Order: sequence, then C-alpha cells, then structure tokens
Amino acid sequence: MTEPPLLEVTGLVKHFPILKGLLRRQVGAVRAVDGLDFTVQSGETLGLVGESGCGKTTTGRLVSRLLAPTSGRITLGGRDITRLSGGDLRRVRRDVQMIFQDPYSSLNPRHTVGGIVAAPFTVQKVDTPHGTKRAVQDLLALVGLSPEHYNRYPHEFSGGQRQRIGVARALALRPKLIVCDEPVSALDVSIQAQVVNLLEDLQGEFGLTYLFIAHDLSVVRHISDRVAVMYLGKIIELASRDSLYAEPKHPYTVALMSAVPVPDPARREQGARNRVLLTGDVPSPINPPSGCRFRTRCWKAQELCAQEEPPLREMAPGHVAACHFPVQPGESVSVG
Amino acid sequence: MTTSADITLTPSGAPAPEAFLEVRDLKVQFATDDGVVKAVDGLSFGLERGQTLGIVGESGSGKSVTSLSIMGLHKGGSVSMSGEIWLDGQELISASKEEVRRLRGSKAAMIFQDPLSSMHPFYPVGEQIVEAYRVHHDVPAKQARQRAIDMLARAGIPQPERRVDDYPHQFSGGMRQRAMIAMALVNNPSLLIADEPTTALDVTVQAQILDLIRDLQVEFGSAVIIITHDLGVVAELADDILVMYAGRCMEYDRAQKVFTAPEHPYTWGLLASMPRLDREVRDRLKPIDGTPPSLINLPTGCPFHPRCPYLGRDGIPCTTVDPHLPRHVTAGVACHIPHTDRIRTFSEEVLPTL
Repeated sequence: MTEPPLLEVTGLVKHFPILKGLLRRQVGAVRAVDGLDFTVQSGETLGLVGESGCGKTTTGRLVSRLLAPTSGRITLGGRDITRLSGGDLRRVRRDVQMIFQDPYSSLNPRHTVGGIVAAPFTVQKVDTPHGTKRAVQDLLALVGLSPEHYNRYPHEFSGGQRQRIGVARALALRPKLIVCDEPVSALDVSIQAQVVNLLEDLQGEFGLTYLFIAHDLSVVRHISDRVAVMYLGKIIELASRDSLYAEPKHPYTVALMSAVPVPDPARREQGARNRVLLTGDVPSPINPPSGCRFRTRCWKAQELCAQEEPPLREMAPGHVAACHFPVQPGESVSVG
Repeated sequence: MTTSADITLTPSGAPAPEAFLEVRDLKVQFATDDGVVKAVDGLSFGLERGQTLGIVGESGSGKSVTSLSIMGLHKGGSVSMSGEIWLDGQELISASKEEVRRLRGSKAAMIFQDPLSSMHPFYPVGEQIVEAYRVHHDVPAKQARQRAIDMLARAGIPQPERRVDDYPHQFSGGMRQRAMIAMALVNNPSLLIADEPTTALDVTVQAQILDLIRDLQVEFGSAVIIITHDLGVVAELADDILVMYAGRCMEYDRAQKVFTAPEHPYTWGLLASMPRLDREVRDRLKPIDGTPPSLINLPTGCPFHPRCPYLGRDGIPCTTVDPHLPRHVTAGVACHIPHTDRIRTFSEEVLPTL
C-alpha cells in the first residue's frame, strides 16, 4: 500500500485577468496555469521544467499559496489549503516554505542576517529552546555559514552565500515542503554545485520534500526523483527521472533535451544533426492554440492535434504524456 | 633590405603582429574608493578571421571587461588600461577616440547579453539598424532601410518588411536577440564579439541563436569571440578556449584539448561541478570549495590557490610565486604543477569523476 501523497494538486487553474478601459472591464485572461494535476510524495523531489512563461513559477506560488488559485484544489498532508486565508493560511506556511531565484532581491538589504533568518520565528510566534538567536545561529551553521555572520547585512555576502541565507530562512520552521523556484540559476557553476549539494544534504537529514522549479534540464535531472515538463500552463509529460530522460515521449520534451548544449566539442557535429530545432516562439498564453498547445511548433502535428486536446495518458508504468502521436524509442526525430 | 620606416614598432618594441586580432599583456584597472580593482591582469591572446575564441569564466573574472576594452567602450576617468590590442594591423589602446569610433561598428561589432536594455526603447528596431549603417556608409535613407530589411531577413526574422517598423518591446526575447545580431552585422564587421548572447534565452531559442551565429560566421568569414559562463555553449561554437579566473588566463588552448585533456585544476573544477546530460547521474556534484577572490585584494601567488585542492604539492610555491603565462603564447596553462604531473593527475584522479 502506498502512502497518501504529501501534496496533491487537482485541476489547478490560475488566470490573470486583463483589464481595460475606465470601468476596468475584463477583456481577456492570461492563462498562466491551465489545469494541472500532480502529486508529490513525502521525501521526494519533483522537478518542474519548462521555458519561460510556461507557468512554472505561478505553479510554485500557488502551491505555497502566495497566489490564490482561480479554480482547482490543493491538498497538503490531507488538508485542503485551496481557500484558506488569514490565520489558517499563516499556520499552513509553517509547513510550506519557499526559496527564491534571485538571492539579491529576496533578502531585505536593511535587515541583518539574524533578523532575516529569525523572521519566520517572530511571524509565527514560535518559541525555540535556548532563544531565537541560538536557533538562528544553529541554522546558519547548518547551511554552511558562520554563526558570527548573525549581525551582518546581505550586501556583505556573495551570491552563493546569500542563497544559503535564503535556505536557512526556509528551513527555520522545519517545513514539510519547500518550493525551490530556480534556486541556483543566478549562481556561477562552481557555486551552483555547492548549493545543490547543500539542498540534497538537508533533504537527507530532515526528510524534506522539494518542488524544484528550474529551466536547467541537467540540474533538474541531477536532483529530482520525478520530473514534470510544462508547456503553456499545462503539464505535457510527467515521469520518473530515469524514464523521462532515457525515453521522452512528448515531442516537446525531445526537442527541449536535444537543445541543451553538450560540453564536448567532439560531439558538436553529431549534436547538431540530432538537434530538433523548434522554430518560432512559445505562443501567447492569452490565446493558446486549439487542441494540443504544442502543435504550432510540432513536427508531428496532424489535423487531429488541432481539433482535440490530448489528455495525459500513461505510456509506460508511471510515465504519462499528453500527445496523440508520442515519440517511439529509437524513432528518428531529426527534421529540417 | 627593409628600412626602419617599413616596420611599425609597438610600444613593447615587438613588431606589429600578423594575426587579425592580437591582445598583448592587457591590463585594465579601475580606481574605486575601496582600492584598485584589477579587472584584467596581463591577458594575451590572438584570433584569426573565420575562427572562434570562447572566453569562459565565472562572474567577475574579467571576461566582459576584456571585450569592452577591445571595443573601446571603457569610459575615461577611473579606468586605466595598458598593453596592446591589435586589430587588423592597428593598435587600439593608443589610438585616438575618433579612430576607435570609426572602427567600432564597422570593423568590430558586439552583441550584448540583454537585448531589451541594449536597444533603445523609443525608436523602431529598423531605425536603429539604419542608424548603425549610415554612420559608416554614406547612402540614401531608402537604401539603408532596404539593407536593414535584408539583414533582419538574414537573421531569421519572419516578415522583415513589417517588423522593421516595430519597437523593441514588440519583439520576443529571441527575436530581439536576432534583431541585435542583424544590427551588429549590418556593416559586415570582421570581428564579432558576443557577450553572453544566449544567457537570457530559453534553451530552445538558445539553440536557434547559436546556429545563427555559426551560419553567419561561415557566410561572412568573420572572427568571433564568444564570452560565456556556460561550458556547453563554448563547446558548441569555439575553436579555441581561454579560461579566465580573477582577471587572468588560467588555461588557453584548442577547444578539443581543453575539454578532453584540460590541465588546470580550475578547469577540472568547472567541468566536475556541472551536471551533464550526456553522463550518468552522479550521487553528488563536486563543487569548487570557497568563493572567487576579491579583485581588489588578490591572493598572493596563484590567484586560484585558496580554492585549489592540489595546493602545495611537492613543495610547489603556489602561495608565493605567481604562475603567470609567458607573453605572446598561443596556448598554455598557468599552473606550477609540472606538465606530466598534470596530465597524470587528470587522467587518474579527475577524469573518472567527470
């Protein structure tokens, strides 16, 4: 028997209204997230990848309830948190924390590191044994900073160290779920690896669950147990890491992976030949294409794709994809 | 017999170089309130037409400062530059502002990282390309406009006749980068510098832009410098690679060699710290410990020594003696560890962990 998932999302939708005119009438909506279903098991890492504008960040903010969903349902540990507000919502925040992308704008420059990391304790009125200062210093040591940094300001730290401060703050209340929104994309490669290792160590130590949002497919592959690929507000493929990277089913996933440059000049020619070049840009989420949203850039698109939206179907055990004509293993995908 | 008038002598006494672009012992320093920032500290490299040089390094390693020096884009005042930059037989550091301005745009052009902030939001894209063209060519406006449309088409912008009158904000990120490439190439420059040209773009668009740069280079036969922190991107494009750290060259060689048999511990660290799609998943990444040094107060000796796992092997004076590359080299490794030891260490200790 499997455990019930820690996080369960069903039919999640977020539309941002576009208002126009004196009366601010709604003339349309940006369909940022348009019907998501996924679960995250306790202790696992779900990676969420996609291009900019596909709704990854909005999803992260909905799950941590920084945004209120238009419709759908979010359950955390068996409790429906979709419509909570006020004090109830604040209590949920003990269980869900967030690590943000930009370590420069996500820390208040006028607060000391001690104040920043202690904020969750003060806001949630949590008492810690031996006092807040001691707890903060323990946290700083935990993420690889020195407890003497307590009275310093964020500008005194490098990008990687600031991201560690962000991690310490997210960890303060020992949450069950941490939503990591592009936590390493602003960092240099050598520092990126330090932070990724730190996140993995903390997960092992505290049994954390991560929703790891990133656009870098190789980082996501490294850290995730399962990976969901998003395109224009929808999940188009979701599978275990090994299955997804070994045998991607959706043409978009195939194209996305083939576009990642491989650091090996010897494979340059081969890489260019196997590359699926997508033409054009992602369509606007205000007016997405009918049927399958990827059909405008898909080399396998047929009439059916324009008429009927493909549902997420199980193509292999635990491997779902939304495509009428999934890519078969060994199929030649080179086009143009 | 040559007379002395036939030879242009350089400040260093060496004759003018044969290479199309040659940078010799470039030093760029900025005076700040906290002290002198040594952004570039004795960098030398060369580049021929039709070749691509990749400059790789972390933020603050001096990559962008180097490219801005070649373009003559450092504003006076707090900056002090020394060394020589030879572009097609002409020295740029000692050249007058007027001369550099004539070269900028026509002989050397640049693509910047963020196309939104490097284009003027107030003028249509076409108008900005036309301006770049007419600065260097005395042609009627109509002809220049046609040229702009042709360049936009060449850069892969659909319906260029219509898009030429659009404003930058009406373009998507990838389109904007294409428009910027069109603008950079409008005067057929023989040197194109691309400073993190794809960092702000998604991978699918990045692949398109890299393909475009590669195609255009073949077509125009220009020399290209690509500056990036992404080793994957340089592997796609570069013939030569220069790895920078703390304003210095750490390793400079053919791309093939840097990726298959790198010799500098910093290059090893870079390769080991990134997850790769073409390898099995590793349990842990191997980061480089510590953080890059402050450029105001560089470590003594080798600037990488505080982070180097091979520090002080066999009594090598890493902390005191600076392993600077000799000047005028076309390949080299700035490391004290003997060549044979480096090769052995790489194949025995580093390669299995990559």
